[in-house]
Amino acid sequence: MAVNPDNYGLRLFVRYLVLCLIALIFIFPLVFMINSSFKPDSQLLADTSSLRAFLPVGDISLNNYFGAFRRAPVGLFVLNSVLVTGVTVLLSLLICSLAAFSFAFLRWKGRDVLLSIVIATLIIPFETIAIPLLLLVSKLPWIGLDGLHWGWLNSYRVQIIPWVADGLTIFLFVQYFKGLPGELIEASRVEGASWWQVYYRLVMPLSGPVLATAAILKFLVMYNQYLWPLIVVQQESYRPVMVGLGYFFQLNVAWGEVMAYLTLITVPVLVFYLLLQRAFIASIASTGVKG
Amino acid sequence: MAEVSLKGVKKSFGRVEIIKGVDIHINDGEFVVFVGPSGCGKSTLLRMIAGLEDITEGTLEIGGRVVNQLQPKQRGVAMVFQSYAIFPHMTVRENIAFGLTIARASKQEKQQKVAEAARILQMEHLLDRRPSQLSGGQRQRVAIGRAITRKPAVFLFDEPLSNLDAALRMDMRMEIGRLRRQLGTTMIYVTHDQVEAMTLADRIVVLKDGQVMQIGAPMELYHEPANRFVAGFLGAPSMNFLNVDVLDLDGEAAMVGNQSLEPIRVATRGRPFRKGGKAILGVRPQYLRAVQSGKGLLHGIVAHAERLGSETVVDLSLRDNSELIAAFDEDKVFEPGDALELTFDTALAHLFPDEGELQTH
Repeated sequence: MAVNPDNYGLRLFVRYLVLCLIALIFIFPLVFMINSSFKPDSQLLADTSSLRAFLPVGDISLNNYFGAFRRAPVGLFVLNSVLVTGVTVLLSLLICSLAAFSFAFLRWKGRDVLLSIVIATLIIPFETIAIPLLLLVSKLPWIGLDGLHWGWLNSYRVQIIPWVADGLTIFLFVQYFKGLPGELIEASRVEGASWWQVYYRLVMPLSGPVLATAAILKFLVMYNQYLWPLIVVQQESYRPVMVGLGYFFQLNVAWGEVMAYLTLITVPVLVFYLLLQRAFIASIASTGVKG
Repeated sequence: MAEVSLKGVKKSFGRVEIIKGVDIHINDGEFVVFVGPSGCGKSTLLRMIAGLEDITEGTLEIGGRVVNQLQPKQRGVAMVFQSYAIFPHMTVRENIAFGLTIARASKQEKQQKVAEAARILQMEHLLDRRPSQLSGGQRQRVAIGRAITRKPAVFLFDEPLSNLDAALRMDMRMEIGRLRRQLGTTMIYVTHDQVEAMTLADRIVVLKDGQVMQIGAPMELYHEPANRFVAGFLGAPSMNFLNVDVLDLDGEAAMVGNQSLEPIRVATRGRPFRKGGKAILGVRPQYLRAVQSGKGLLHGIVAHAERLGSETVVDLSLRDNSELIAAFDEDKVFEPGDALELTFDTALAHLFPDEGELQTH
């Protein structure tokens, strides 16, 4: 057996050990949540003082899941969240990239000042504008199939429209667009492309990485929405998942059902993230090569 | 095809004037090269013609039509960029057909024109590749292909060969020359490489600090430069400039000389000089000939010699400690320290006013 003078194998082993330990620390809460969702409350609470909390042992059943479905319309909440989040992410990518396109490529008066203002909005916490925004949306008009009416409360649109455009997403796009080679844009202009054509034939196809990043960030923000839907949605039919958590924190907290509910609402996020992560890496691999 | 005419064209960025009033008329089918050092405004001028920069003042006409306010696509121009600027997410075929796609050309027309461009540029086998799979020369070929499919009235080239290595640059230079004969379209070409300018151009426009120094055929500029800048810019190695004293003036010629130079008569070509004043004598290195001791006009010591095979370039130190470059068109052996006497045909020498001298008078 060859002796490695630098003990390369040992160093690699230690490195992986440390990395695995760190990964375990991060994954423990998730493991605890999933395992606990299968245990009755008495066992769940008893197990918290030992390592059994992280193992699927003892009285394992799906009762908590049935309980969760009995207690709250889980399917409806997930559907609402997925709908609101999906539509917001798509609209946000479209609107913010268009705004950023204008900031990055078009020349107009006040452009730089406006961009500074947009970026400055990043430092304003949502809590400070929640109430003014609530007053605003409660009085806005809307023309639907049933004619004109006032106030947006208790609807999907009140959960979607205020979140479509935001400073961070615009800023991400602006930074990415400014990094694209200017001669590509100029070449397409000379070839006869209108600005609209430059946007969808050239800039968007080259924006894979930033689209994936912006989508992930927006998804996380939207799926985890709590305060805003809590104050603008009173009807159960429009309620998203995080607000639905409130159904479980009443007189007697059923921890097993809470864990089952949390597991149910976490799965879509994980799936979405893993899917986009692949797209994210693929898009970097294809556009990063410039030769 | 079209004529291009610039009349009193100016360009400012804020308060800084980059182009200071340029008048150029380019004939239909002519190949004109804008040449000058970095920062002379040659690329800016080209971008103004393309419509990528606004024109601050003056008028630009393409094909007899004022185009100052028109968008690039309305000007009938095609441009080839230094960085190729081919679209990385499209195949070569899609890149070449881009302009036609934008113009909503039929599938059949696209196919036919792409095939034609590919044939002209000999890249039929590359059509389905992606830009990342191409070499620099091939990428530039794609960029040229994209430009020719639209049959523009004017071709604009912005230093298209600068990113290529020396051997490839020569190939592509010849290819552009061939393309030009094949297409016969008006072409405007920007470069800082005087070899490209001399070999490709019908006429060269020499620019410096946003102003036109001289416009003319390559050999006209080479043999009859309008000023010291043009004289020094064209030709390699560049022209020697010697500070000389004006010993005498008689109508169309001046007698000049200095410590290293025997008195000679040089035509003034209408430029102003003052007897007893200073002047600058320009002699191209290629016009210098080594002669036997006692017969030379210039006296120097060899400082360094480069043997290139077909020519020998010698760096000499003159009696007044000024430097002189001589290029002999054969392989000769010189050792540092050798004394050398040189002569030249005084009719081929140029006399320029000393700029400091002009300012004081």
